[in-house]
Amino acid sequence: MAQVSLRKVIKKYDEVLAVRGVDLDIADKEFIVLVGPSGCGKSTTLRMIAGLEEISGGDIAIGGDVVNDVPPKDRDIAMVFQNYALYPHMNVYENMSFGLKLKKTPRQVIDQRVKQAAQILDITELLDRKPKQLSGGQRQRVAMGRAIVRDPKVFLFDEPLSNLDAKLRVQMRTEIKKVHQKVRTTTVYVTHDQVEAMTLADRVVVMNAGLIEQVGTPNDLYHSPATKFVAGFIGSPAMNFIPCQLEQAAGALRVRLNDKLAFPVPEGRTSRYSAYVGKPSLVLGLRPEHIAETRPHTEPNQHDFEQVIEVVEPMGMETLVYFTIGGAEVCGRVNPNAGATANGAMKLRADLSNMHLIDDTTGKVI
Amino acid sequence: MANAAVATAGAPTRPVRYGSISQSRRWALRWSYFFLVLFAIFFLMPPFYMLVTALKSKEEIAAITNPWWVYSPTLSNFIELLTQNQYLIFFRNSALVSICVVVITMMISVIAAFSLARMKFWGSAALATGVFLTYLIPDTLLFIPLFKMMTFVRELTGVELVNHWWTLIIIYPTLTVPFCTWIMIGYFASIPKELDEAALIDGATWIQTLTKIFIPVALPGIIAATIFCFTVSWAQFLYPLAFTTSTTELVLPVGIVTTLIKGDVFNWGQIMAGALLGAAPPLIIYAFLMDYYIAGLTAGATKG
Repeated sequence: MAQVSLRKVIKKYDEVLAVRGVDLDIADKEFIVLVGPSGCGKSTTLRMIAGLEEISGGDIAIGGDVVNDVPPKDRDIAMVFQNYALYPHMNVYENMSFGLKLKKTPRQVIDQRVKQAAQILDITELLDRKPKQLSGGQRQRVAMGRAIVRDPKVFLFDEPLSNLDAKLRVQMRTEIKKVHQKVRTTTVYVTHDQVEAMTLADRVVVMNAGLIEQVGTPNDLYHSPATKFVAGFIGSPAMNFIPCQLEQAAGALRVRLNDKLAFPVPEGRTSRYSAYVGKPSLVLGLRPEHIAETRPHTEPNQHDFEQVIEVVEPMGMETLVYFTIGGAEVCGRVNPNAGATANGAMKLRADLSNMHLIDDTTGKVI
Repeated sequence: MANAAVATAGAPTRPVRYGSISQSRRWALRWSYFFLVLFAIFFLMPPFYMLVTALKSKEEIAAITNPWWVYSPTLSNFIELLTQNQYLIFFRNSALVSICVVVITMMISVIAAFSLARMKFWGSAALATGVFLTYLIPDTLLFIPLFKMMTFVRELTGVELVNHWWTLIIIYPTLTVPFCTWIMIGYFASIPKELDEAALIDGATWIQTLTKIFIPVALPGIIAATIFCFTVSWAQFLYPLAFTTSTTELVLPVGIVTTLIKGDVFNWGQIMAGALLGAAPPLIIYAFLMDYYIAGLTAGATKG
């Protein structure tokens, strides 16, 4: 059993607050990804769990025991670093067995564990090599092997894929997921890449400016973001944010984007939104996939409108179109055969059933 | 299509003889060889002159002949030198002093550098700078206060420190420790932080991190510092001149000068032979450790 829990954890560097009170419960065997822009405190949080940074306030517990003052080696954790941190003078076998040797584990046990981990990671034939003879992907595997061999309570990954090229990154992402499915150890994984976060995590923790913005499953975060930050951070291309006003018209609500363009709010949301009628600084959040080309058949809450397309980006399976509404650049994803041309007018359809209304003064999604 | 073909055919062919990369590279190589040969001649001239003189008899040195050539080579200078007890004593003293100083210096400076580079404690940065500053004070200024300290110790404890070869083992580290520590701080600082964090998580203590990770990884730096330390102790002249006087306590550089120059009589043949033999140990050490010195062992630790 190895839950990890953080209670009001704070990290101060001199007078700067890097982490400003983080509360988080990580269940046993869960794969948690901390994601956020650089400087949001995600790595610091991970390093505090590892014991590499002292915590300035709050409590961290691993497996139910508060470990605030426990040195890293006694926390029973293993960490994989962004730059691998393999011992350059040792071969792969020695690298992987170093921790066990220090613990005076019997040699047969070490041998068995190293070979087993090597098998899981498919690096058996590399065991005699030195790190400099390995490629980036192989080094990262060895770094993971070094963690697996220890059979720790918690795995900590600090941006492990950031040094790999794009193709290898996708491949190693799958590897990591497979390893977690085989080994089933509680894992905390830090990345700035939201795709990595979405694909790997059981639950994603989005951090910003030293605070947790939202915790949830990848789908939760995607479909019901709690804040504008999460809405904009998760998803690629990012969610469109269009300044808007809420107005009452014949018993229904409408979001008005400009003089010409206004969409009726889906009926189920009327009561939730009604308090915001006429208020300033509201933003309509709509993902690019909910702006598509118009089709003959209309579903409820879908509304057609016409716009002059400014930029067209063919992606192959879809085409991204960019246009401006109310000063905001808006992206839509249309069928490649829909005939989008730059500077040409195009009939588009907005799917308001997936809309988000954001109060820009608080940054909260209403 | 046709137009394009015509245009290509009509275009002037590229003048390969000018500005090609291989051409400028060839010139760069010629110049570098020219200067390398110049430097080699410049630096090999004194040892060559030493060798030539060492192989001459007293009579030939005194005679007016070509000083750059030996007409009747003889090993008599070497034989006389090595059959005298004195020279061998100087050699033994030098060797003992240098080896002890190297061992003491490396033990102190590796540990000092590790703590200054890695264990951030209050004043560690100031201390690191302080270590370097002590190196900047020349030994010509230091030997008088050091001599005073030695006499002070004698007055206090009755232990005579002056005029013993082993006193030099205490004195030389004042020169070698600061510089070696400084070199090692630089080397340790270049080792990625993640490496000791990984060791820390793997369960290594600070001492284990030092012995099992830092020392092997920083071996080229340690060897560089060792070479430096050995050379400084072997070639040091001022301190042994000031602190030792009896012939049994002298080290090579001072011994050669004080015993082979009698009044205004210079025994040039033996001086040169002694100097040549004295230059051999550092040369041998350089030759053996050069490969290590150049090899970069950190390759592959992290990305790169």
